[in-house]
Amino acid sequence: MTYRPTREHDELRAVVRQLAEERIATRAAEIDATAEFPWDLKQLLAQQDLLGASFEERYGGTALDGVAQAILVEEIARADATTSLIPIVQKLGSLPIVIAGNDEQKERYLPRLASGEWLIAFALTEAAAGSDVASNRMRARRDADGYLLTGSKRFITHGSVADLLTVFALTDPALGGRKGMSAFVVETSRPGFAAPRVEHKMGIRGSPTAELTFDEVRVPEANRLGAEGEGFRIAMSTLDVSRLAIAAQAVGIAQGAIDAALSYAADRQQFGQRVVDFEAIQFMLADMQSRTEAARQLTYAAAAQVDAGSREVAYWTSCAKLIAGDTAMSVTTDAVQILGGYGYITEYPVERMMRDAKITQLYEGTQQIQRLVVARQLLQRAGVPARGNEREREAP
Amino acid sequence: MKIVVCIKQVPATTAEKRYTADHRLDRAATEAIINPLDEYAIEQALRLQEAGAADLVGYLSMGPQSAAEALRRALAMGGDEAVLVTDPALAGADEWATATVLAAALDRLAPDVTLMGMASDDARGSLVPGAVAAKRGLPLLSYGAELQLGPQGARIRRLTASGHDIVGAQPPLVASVTDQVGEPRYASLKGIMGAKRKPLETWSLADLGIDAEALRGGALTRVVEVRAPERKPPAERIEAATAEEAASRIADWMQARRLI
Repeated sequence: MTYRPTREHDELRAVVRQLAEERIATRAAEIDATAEFPWDLKQLLAQQDLLGASFEERYGGTALDGVAQAILVEEIARADATTSLIPIVQKLGSLPIVIAGNDEQKERYLPRLASGEWLIAFALTEAAAGSDVASNRMRARRDADGYLLTGSKRFITHGSVADLLTVFALTDPALGGRKGMSAFVVETSRPGFAAPRVEHKMGIRGSPTAELTFDEVRVPEANRLGAEGEGFRIAMSTLDVSRLAIAAQAVGIAQGAIDAALSYAADRQQFGQRVVDFEAIQFMLADMQSRTEAARQLTYAAAAQVDAGSREVAYWTSCAKLIAGDTAMSVTTDAVQILGGYGYITEYPVERMMRDAKITQLYEGTQQIQRLVVARQLLQRAGVPARGNEREREAP
Repeated sequence: MKIVVCIKQVPATTAEKRYTADHRLDRAATEAIINPLDEYAIEQALRLQEAGAADLVGYLSMGPQSAAEALRRALAMGGDEAVLVTDPALAGADEWATATVLAAALDRLAPDVTLMGMASDDARGSLVPGAVAAKRGLPLLSYGAELQLGPQGARIRRLTASGHDIVGAQPPLVASVTDQVGEPRYASLKGIMGAKRKPLETWSLADLGIDAEALRGGALTRVVEVRAPERKPPAERIEAATAEEAASRIADWMQARRLI
């Protein structure tokens, strides 16, 4: 599978970069310090149609190809990782509807998600079920009027600001998480729903990570996505695609840190010369940039695989997220090193970027889970039968 | 009511400018953008269209083939159509040649209002709006902080040292606006995608019936020299061990210059 960045991709990058530099980068430090969700920037992104990039045109989106979507996330994340989560999570939460929703459900929800009128969140993780998705416990009890959802979710990005949630709950606990879980769209205005707590986090601090509670929340059957028992499959298919956006986010964070480090080193004088004139610093910058470029190109290649409907989507997106996340962590750490003491204080953006980078190694599947996915594909290609913990290997 | 906004593609404001041997800007070597002051004219035209005061907004540019990118960018912000006048004979054109060519193109486009930015970011001659108005024999409303179009005609509000003047004229006319009209919008994603489907025509001098010879090499004037600003002497640094000592030395310095 090949991909070719076009003139349109360059143009999109230029437009988003200008917007991100002028309107988003300037807000990043404040968003981080106050840990407040940037409603103004959500509005700006909606107004510029940037929340509808992944949606089909008939639902009011712009149906950009995968590389273009990656560029969009990358350029926003280069300015501010928190703000880049707004389009990322809009897509993540909507994917279950796109993958498993019927026409009526798509009609009902997608236009207002593409326009940004509504925000959506993806509610899968529970306190005791992170990587081990199949251990989910939240219940959806069926009765004559539909379902009653009871239980709680944790670490739900945008959970406290969303208008809609895609929620995964057990309709048949006897079958366990893998076979007995179903997916639902839940309006957060429904009685019995609450977001009682928001986590205090190391990074992406303006992006609320919420605990959600469901106390007999009534949901009509028309809100169930796919058939009963398909929840696990829908969740895994979603994450197989959505984690690519995290790779793009990681590439953006890394590039932002390189650009900040370079600009500092070109200005800062020590021992009578610019810091950037020291070969030691040039070598660091060269390593940072070439690793980031590799992660970027792998991300685009994976995006082309997703667009082409490859059978190895999970392999490609896991490879990309693994490499990009680790690159973002090491590159931002090196950026702090190049700035020295100034890198460690909030006057410069690189310490924030370093804190933000860490999450890309954790969410939408830890790096260890990505390795399991890649290894599974590797073994399968080689005809080596897989053994070991079945549950682990099914995890996202 | 039809508005045509004249725009110029210029090197990015922050880009390092390079010059050719005959003191012309090397446009191929630098990143190009829409002249920032023209973006205010675009914004003004689009606001008038949104308010229903104009039913068609077109763009006109004279420049190398690459200026089509600036026109596409303008179409991504809004508006309906664009025309690029490009011809090898126009390389090195000065304000007089530019106004001659724009006036000929505007004769064909026949807008009610020709709108321009107050100056270009690269040459800063500020002559083209007046020259185009003169060549076409139209009224000029210049340096508007706002342009209004209504049943009574066109009016601009022009800031003066003591307040503002309201100046009016009947279309067809030429107007130029300042950065007071309001922040130019960013192109939206749908705007960028939609711009590809909007008509963008390219005209040559022959299309306009202009004899390249008559443009006399595209310029009546020539740039004699390009000079960098003179370097200022380095600032005097005062470094002292204690704040008191530093303060007293600064005070001495100021006293010596009768500043305190």
